[in-house]
Amino acid sequence: MAMLEVEDLNVRFYTEDGVVKATNDLSYQIEAGERFGIVGESGAGKSVTSLSLLRLIDSPGVIESGEIRFKGQNLLELSDEEMRQIRGNEISMIFQDAETALNPAYTVGEQIAEAVRYHLDMDEEEARERSIELLEDVGIPDAAERYSDYPHQFSGGMQQRAVIAMALSCDPDLILADEPTTALDVTIEAQILTLLEEIAEKFDTAIQFITHDLGVVAEFCDRVMVMYAGHPVEIGTVEEIYYDPQHPYTVGLMSSIPRIGDDSERLQTIPGRMPDLIEMPPGCNFHPRCPYAEEICTQLSPELVDVETGQEAAPDDRNQHAAACLAHTGELAGSLDYEVTVRDELEATATDGSGTTEGEIDE
Amino acid sequence: MSLQRYVLKRVLVTIPILIGATMLTFGLVALTPGDPVDYIIAFQDVSPEVEQQLREQYGLDKPLFMQYLDWLAGVVQFDFGDSISNQRPVTELIMERLPYTLLMGSMAFMVTLITAIPTGIIAAYYRGSVIDQASRVFSVVGIAIPNFFLGILLLLIFASQLNIFPFLAPSSGGALTPEMAVYTLLPAITIGTGATALLMRLMRSSMIEELDKDYVTMARAKGLPERTVVNKHVLRNSLISVVTVAAIQVAFIISGSVVVEIVFSYPGIGRLLVNSVGARDFPVIQALVLLIGVAVILANLLADILYAYLDPRIRY
Ligand SMILES: Nc1ncnc2c1ncn2[C@@H]1O[C@H](COP(=O)(O)OP(=O)(O)OP(=O)(O)O)[C@@H](O)[C@H]1O
Ligand code: SF4
Ligand SMILES: [Mg+2]
Repeated sequence: MAMLEVEDLNVRFYTEDGVVKATNDLSYQIEAGERFGIVGESGAGKSVTSLSLLRLIDSPGVIESGEIRFKGQNLLELSDEEMRQIRGNEISMIFQDAETALNPAYTVGEQIAEAVRYHLDMDEEEARERSIELLEDVGIPDAAERYSDYPHQFSGGMQQRAVIAMALSCDPDLILADEPTTALDVTIEAQILTLLEEIAEKFDTAIQFITHDLGVVAEFCDRVMVMYAGHPVEIGTVEEIYYDPQHPYTVGLMSSIPRIGDDSERLQTIPGRMPDLIEMPPGCNFHPRCPYAEEICTQLSPELVDVETGQEAAPDDRNQHAAACLAHTGELAGSLDYEVTVRDELEATATDGSGTTEGEIDE
Repeated sequence: MSLQRYVLKRVLVTIPILIGATMLTFGLVALTPGDPVDYIIAFQDVSPEVEQQLREQYGLDKPLFMQYLDWLAGVVQFDFGDSISNQRPVTELIMERLPYTLLMGSMAFMVTLITAIPTGIIAAYYRGSVIDQASRVFSVVGIAIPNFFLGILLLLIFASQLNIFPFLAPSSGGALTPEMAVYTLLPAITIGTGATALLMRLMRSSMIEELDKDYVTMARAKGLPERTVVNKHVLRNSLISVVTVAAIQVAFIISGSVVVEIVFSYPGIGRLLVNSVGARDFPVIQALVLLIGVAVILANLLADILYAYLDPRIRY
């Protein structure tokens, strides 16, 4: 049993324009201590997935069906009170924009201490001491003095450190990080990533890491899920996703990684846009943008299957490389004949420091 | 900057504003056509010598600036001279009436805050609920209805028809008696209705705006109970935009009291003001106008301090 098991999760937003199908039969698992990346274009349902895990989907949204089992317990069946005991305590969250995630009217210290008092049943003084320790842990100098500072007195990087301190405050088993570095500049981003890495190591915390940045995923994650229109199109280890992508969408994403030192010509994005989640294209949702799409793709919706065997994917198999494309079930007449050329740009881009993959679609 | 230093700075800034208020008060009243002597002699046949003597008695023969300084010297000692129409010290006249108006004003303000803030919160939190709809209707009516009409309506219903409230103010006992407090409730509600309607809507929209912010999701993600999320995190930020408007309501409550005191034949300073204007009792008018001006300035000072207390970004 994995620590987190999401099974057939369906989240819907009942808007005036129609029903937004934000996640569709979404299933994945995260092991204790694992670093799990979720990538995908804007609107793919990444944030909705995170918020669902904490049951923080607000009206007009509802978690319509599915199960979210955390340590074997279905979170969707808990009472509100039981759910509150999990939030911030066993599962916590790091937001994209620390500046707006912090309440401007309370001191940074108080915003850390309140969760500590609530979950760990500490008194004012103990909670204060623990909060100062946490601020030290995330690398805030003069933590004791900065405890009484207000968020606007912190720089952007420090605010994100404070938010991380909050997420850590009750020793969670799982941290949901939703684009935690997008709002920061490159140097600060690198520092925050290092910090998260240290923390994950030190406290053996699992991290679900949402990002647009495949470079960051390569550096940070063990396994990756690529999302498109509310469901996974490919799940595998970082190596598999980078060196051996098995879904045309993933390949497209790879070739759209912007890299320092690249000529702009090679920065190609996938033509077209993600479908409107209210009225999705039938069959494979990706077919309007897929260079390999055939007639069958407009009729049959591909299941997530093991790319080797073509058998239905087993979510609990950590080593399985799965993708949702008809090419893997033999229903596609042609094949996915793209070439993946890997260029190690370690020397070229010393600031980045990660190996990168380049996929090219040639037909 | 600490809150204390901010308060100190803000108080110091208030001093020149107060001085300006005295100049304005004196100037406006002095510049209105006709002086008290004209009024005194209007219905009598007096010789120019007597008229001149009267002017000297009230210091009206001196240059305006000297008149102002004389007046100011008195004002700082709470001496506004004697009333022209009944010869009694102005301070005494005002002190007789002030407790009543203070009672009515503070009751009106309390009624406003006690109803507007919680209702606004509930209406925002349960958008579209019955309470939200009801508060919307109340607000539209409350803002539109004139005070004199509402006052007469309440008197007709609650005093005349239902006999729940007395029709006339108790004649003896002063302002601080239970009878007086009961009698004051209707005029207080009359004055407070407009302010309640406005603040309720403002509280609601401010809450809705705050409820949508990331820090609210963050507070929930920390596992805090919903009560703490709303009453601690959301409320404080929502109040920031409400306190300033609440302070301005003090001015509306004061100006509203003039009409309402007449409708309810209430023995406060509003009626004194109307009578004094009719009699061109300049010393009384000046004192009352200044008093009202100072009240509004102090309300604003208080609002600014409250604002800075709620929003630390102001202080730095
Ligand atoms: N409150 C809401 N009301 C209506 N639709 C919503 C709401 N929140 C999210 N959605 C819809 O759900 C879909 C998924 O949104 P989500 O925020 O999860 O995207 P994302 O993958 O996190 O994108 P990004 O990379 O831009 O953060 C989007 O199509 C969005 O329009
Ligand atoms: S199923 Fe068809 S349309 Fe979908 S990704 Fe595979 S080839 Fe493209
Ligand atoms: Mg998002």
